[in-house]
Amino acid sequence: MPTTAQHPIPPPAARSRTAEPARRPEPDVPRRGRRARARKAWRQHWQLYLLAIVPLAYFVIFKYIPMTFTVIAFKDYSPVRGPWGSEWVGLHNFQLLFANPVFTQLLKNTVYLAFYLILASFPIPILLALALNEIRQGWFKRTVQMVTYAPYFISTVVVVSMTILVLSPRAGIVNTGLGLFGVDPINFMGEPGWFRHIYVWTDVWQTAGYSAVIYMAALAGIDPALHESARIDGASRLQRIRHIDLPGIMPTAVIILILGVGNTMAIGFEKTYLLQNDLNLGLSEIIPTYVYKTGLINADFSMATAVGLFNSVVNLFLLLVVNFAAKRVTGNGLWR
Amino acid sequence: MSVLPLSRLRRRNPAVTKVRETAGDRMFMIVVTLMLVVVLAVVLAPIVFIVASSFSSADAVNAGRVSFWPVDFSLHAYHVALTNSQVLQGYYNSLIYAVAGTAISVTLTVAIAYPLSRKTFYGRNVIMTLLIFTMLFSGGLIPTYMVVQDLGMINTRWALLIPNAIGVWQVIIARTFFATSIPDELHEAAMLDGASELRTLRSVVLPLSKPVLAVLALMYAIFQWNTYFDALVYLKDTDLYPLQIVLRNMLLLNANRPGSVDLAQQMEGLRLANVLRYALIVVSSLPVLLIYPFIARHFTKGVMVGAVKG
Repeated sequence: MPTTAQHPIPPPAARSRTAEPARRPEPDVPRRGRRARARKAWRQHWQLYLLAIVPLAYFVIFKYIPMTFTVIAFKDYSPVRGPWGSEWVGLHNFQLLFANPVFTQLLKNTVYLAFYLILASFPIPILLALALNEIRQGWFKRTVQMVTYAPYFISTVVVVSMTILVLSPRAGIVNTGLGLFGVDPINFMGEPGWFRHIYVWTDVWQTAGYSAVIYMAALAGIDPALHESARIDGASRLQRIRHIDLPGIMPTAVIILILGVGNTMAIGFEKTYLLQNDLNLGLSEIIPTYVYKTGLINADFSMATAVGLFNSVVNLFLLLVVNFAAKRVTGNGLWR
Repeated sequence: MSVLPLSRLRRRNPAVTKVRETAGDRMFMIVVTLMLVVVLAVVLAPIVFIVASSFSSADAVNAGRVSFWPVDFSLHAYHVALTNSQVLQGYYNSLIYAVAGTAISVTLTVAIAYPLSRKTFYGRNVIMTLLIFTMLFSGGLIPTYMVVQDLGMINTRWALLIPNAIGVWQVIIARTFFATSIPDELHEAAMLDGASELRTLRSVVLPLSKPVLAVLALMYAIFQWNTYFDALVYLKDTDLYPLQIVLRNMLLLNANRPGSVDLAQQMEGLRLANVLRYALIVVSSLPVLLIYPFIARHFTKGVMVGAVKG
């Protein structure tokens, strides 16, 4: 770690004391003072800029240079000629994309999945946090928190494998359970209609406990005096949740909702790709998986970049719209 | 805030207790508790099922006789899983990626978050805006791939360590911590003693920032342990595969091992394949789930630090 490497021992304190009087004349000589102060600031703080150089280079190389490479969406990319030397084709790639019947399906799949996900995974952590907040017994509260939080740490590969095993028509626990009620085994992974439910509810299973933590923090920040006076005035628990807790976590909830909508088009490649099979592909092919297949499996860089660019632009647009609407309605937004 | 906490009031003043516990409230609490018990069961059920199956015999698993307790207790699946060379290689690789990746990521995150937290760092607002913009808009998969390719990182370990080294969210967490938890007076005192910025960072700021360093390290380590996307995109050489890709190939692609032409051997492989999956799930998730109870507290703190600043 370079930041903890050995550095020369600082000069003794006596030296800085002799340097101290030199700073005093500054207010008296404002014209020369500003430049002197700037020079002094640089002498004292140049190491801050030194520290920042490598991380800044990282952001330029891995974030901003790729942004410039999106020009190949408007070109016929040839690896030999590079992104800048390739032939311009204008909006040709986008025309091809929008004319492709696959595109409508892709867009529909992506948007449906994303909105279903928000619909389910936005309110449930709030309910979980409100419920946990009512519980007084420490051990029960801690147990529920610990257990619901744990799935967040399981990898996507494992979560998908678990899903397939648990839902397996032959040996899975869900179908065994359904069998007790006389229901015939359901081939969850084989029937395309189940894909979205599986995606969304495994996501809720995995992240509800984690997301609830944020709301728990917001609830802990509510002034207890509010609850006590409401209690003395005879408010029931439900009334206190409605009139004290909910308004209390409102700003947090709005921000989480904005971030969720802002994530619409960036919905998880990792899980979708693993849940895909030949049977559910009609509903499970979303823009990120399509970009991966077009770009890296079929090696059509220009088209994949065009799809990706379309995705990023729509995403940014959605985020700005939701942020604007949220600020109008609730006065809370991501930025002022 | 001068009002006494109610738990204390209740003990002394029975009248308050009467105000508090109405029949409706008691009913409400029963419903809430029951709901949480159901939530607990739903979250635990699949995990218990997987663990129970992994300790059962292959025949019991294939016949669907296992529910929440091992049937025909057997450690055979674990024996096969832990002697598989691919799994061991994957474990080894993932350990390298987690340790090296975390070291690189935490170092770089501190290196940018610390200057950004200092008021004397000229241009910090512009830089912060530029960083946050990368959260909102990105060049996408292919342009990033082209950069990694140009740098010659394809099919090397660097591809998993460098292109995603810094998380903007983690920078925000670290910056917020440095800016709010290290008082300006400490910086001034260090400067009066003649310490340079680097020396201040090393001797004053970092020792006081252990909680946030732990949070960052945990976040990056768990990300490295659990992700598979970068490996899928950048790696071709099976010797470099992290555990998650090995798992994906074994758990999800139904890859029959080539070379096992012997029919009897193949049948045995198929019979075992199912129970092996359960054991692999347990083996791969165990390290994280074992340390999780000890780190959950830190994680929570990190989430909250981030939430404060938004």
